[in-house]
Amino acid sequence: MEQTIQLSISGLQKTYKSGEGVRDINLEIRKGELISLLGPSGCGKTTVLRTIGGFLSPDSGEVRIENQSILHLPPEKRPTAMVFQSYNLWPHMTVYENLAFGLKLRKTSRSEIRQKVEQVLKLVRLPGMEKKYPSQLSGGQQQRVAVARALLLEPKVLLLDEPFSALDAKLRMEMREELREIQAAGNLTMVFVTHDQEEALSISDRIVVMNSGRIEQVASPQDIYDQPNTLFVAQFIGRMNFLRGQAVGDRINVQSFGFHNEKGLRGEVTVAVRPEDIVMLHDESAGMGGTIRQVMVLGHYAEISIETPAGLTKVFLPREEARSLSTGSAVRIGITRVTAYSQSS
Amino acid sequence: MGWYVRSLGKRKIIEFMVLLLFVFFFLGPLLNLTLLAFSGKWQFPAMLPQVWSLEWWSFVLTQEEVLSSISLSFGIATIVTIASIVICIPAAYAFARIRFPLSRWFLFSFLLTNAFPKMGLYVSIAVLFYQVGLMNTLLGVVLIHIVNTLMFMTWIPAAAFKSIHLAQEESARDVGAGPFRVFWHVTLPMALPGILVASIFTFLSSLDEAQGTFLVGIPDFKTMPLVMYSIVEDYPSTAGAVFSIIMTLPTIVLLLAARRFVNADVMSSGFQMK
Repeated sequence: MEQTIQLSISGLQKTYKSGEGVRDINLEIRKGELISLLGPSGCGKTTVLRTIGGFLSPDSGEVRIENQSILHLPPEKRPTAMVFQSYNLWPHMTVYENLAFGLKLRKTSRSEIRQKVEQVLKLVRLPGMEKKYPSQLSGGQQQRVAVARALLLEPKVLLLDEPFSALDAKLRMEMREELREIQAAGNLTMVFVTHDQEEALSISDRIVVMNSGRIEQVASPQDIYDQPNTLFVAQFIGRMNFLRGQAVGDRINVQSFGFHNEKGLRGEVTVAVRPEDIVMLHDESAGMGGTIRQVMVLGHYAEISIETPAGLTKVFLPREEARSLSTGSAVRIGITRVTAYSQSS
Repeated sequence: MGWYVRSLGKRKIIEFMVLLLFVFFFLGPLLNLTLLAFSGKWQFPAMLPQVWSLEWWSFVLTQEEVLSSISLSFGIATIVTIASIVICIPAAYAFARIRFPLSRWFLFSFLLTNAFPKMGLYVSIAVLFYQVGLMNTLLGVVLIHIVNTLMFMTWIPAAAFKSIHLAQEESARDVGAGPFRVFWHVTLPMALPGILVASIFTFLSSLDEAQGTFLVGIPDFKTMPLVMYSIVEDYPSTAGAVFSIIMTLPTIVLLLAARRFVNADVMSSGFQMK
């Protein structure tokens, strides 16, 4: 794996008049890496992105690209390019003019501009669209042109601010696949802001989960999903059941279950269990008893809500298996894997 | 015929009558004016002039005073329009983009000049002009015209600037354009329809301005509306009709030329207080 640090952020702080903002942001992004900033709205992810792009100046901290500080540079001089959520394009210019604008400012020759525009339009699968005006393009096509314009600048870091959030679900999926391909092919460094965890999990090399202005966890999508560091991450990413448990010595007890107490917790704890880590048992004496509250068929699988002495849990089952279950009947469940959190956190 | 009227229903018939009435009130005077302008003899009971003639046209167009007033009016209107653009466009941009205390009140204050009786305002301005020697000067006339144009020259472009999304300006910064280039290549072209509409209204209102010019510009600056007064007073109504048509022409030509831009949207967004 390549280890050159392309973008480094240290001690970044920005507080708005409203009291919101970001604090203690430290992040190192390697060359060729796609990093997602993920979090609920208002968590500060866009603040971080706009600070890198030069549209906000931080109260303190440092932002370096290829080990050079860029904080003193205005946006037009930064080696970054940004794709905004919407209204990226200039409606009075054709696609060609939109794409060529930045290159013209760089005094690129006319023939070279023509060639580059043609190439990049091919890359974003919009060949031959040069003469169209943005209003003649669909929302998805407009965002592709915006991505193309950012790519043309050959930025050292490409910033994307929820670029696909205004598109419908199917198109969004297509676009992120394409973006991932382009990113991998060009070994581009990207910072991608999103509030859509599915989007973040599917395209990122690493995810930065943010909450109320702070970084909660930085890890690969796998690790974020399997080992959420904090209760917030556990709640925010994917579906999760939360059960009551007690930490005693090196054991964490949930009813009759015992798990290893990795973090050395004490007292009452919250135990997080993924629905896929819960299994239905057919042995009457094993596991934990519960009563089925609800069976919801969601396409090829069913979501079963089970009331247990440790709390309400949800389980996913293939539809065939769920057929024999009905509301009110007693079942027994087993738990294969848990993560525990102290209740104060 | 009867079945057709019945099939229309009461509502449609009333609507049609209202439309007819509206057209009569709206176009009737204009039609009358046009007929009058081309008549030689038109006496009471006749529906149409008995004798058609162009004699008053040749009379009006050979008056030295008339011709010089036309060129003076257009000259002043051009200067007023350019000056208003130079003064108001930066102000409009500031109102649209910069949040400063009381900005809404400042914007609202532009309405004040239209809230007072015009003559009262002009008289007090004239007093001021006397003291600084602006009476009977081109600058004085231009200034008094600008008093009237400030409002829409600021309001309409401000709305046009506001309708441009920040992301569109920011993405231009992002691709390497400095603030001035962004304004020139992105903001200004996008706001151009609004600015154009405001400029046309400025031009027309300056062409039409009579009261202020009368107070400040007499005797040397006799614009078209002022000459109009003396023609209406001194000559038969036919001459007045001819001159009215001459004065209406630029309005019609300009509005036709700009009809692509002049629409209810541009206008109404200009008069929203946001």
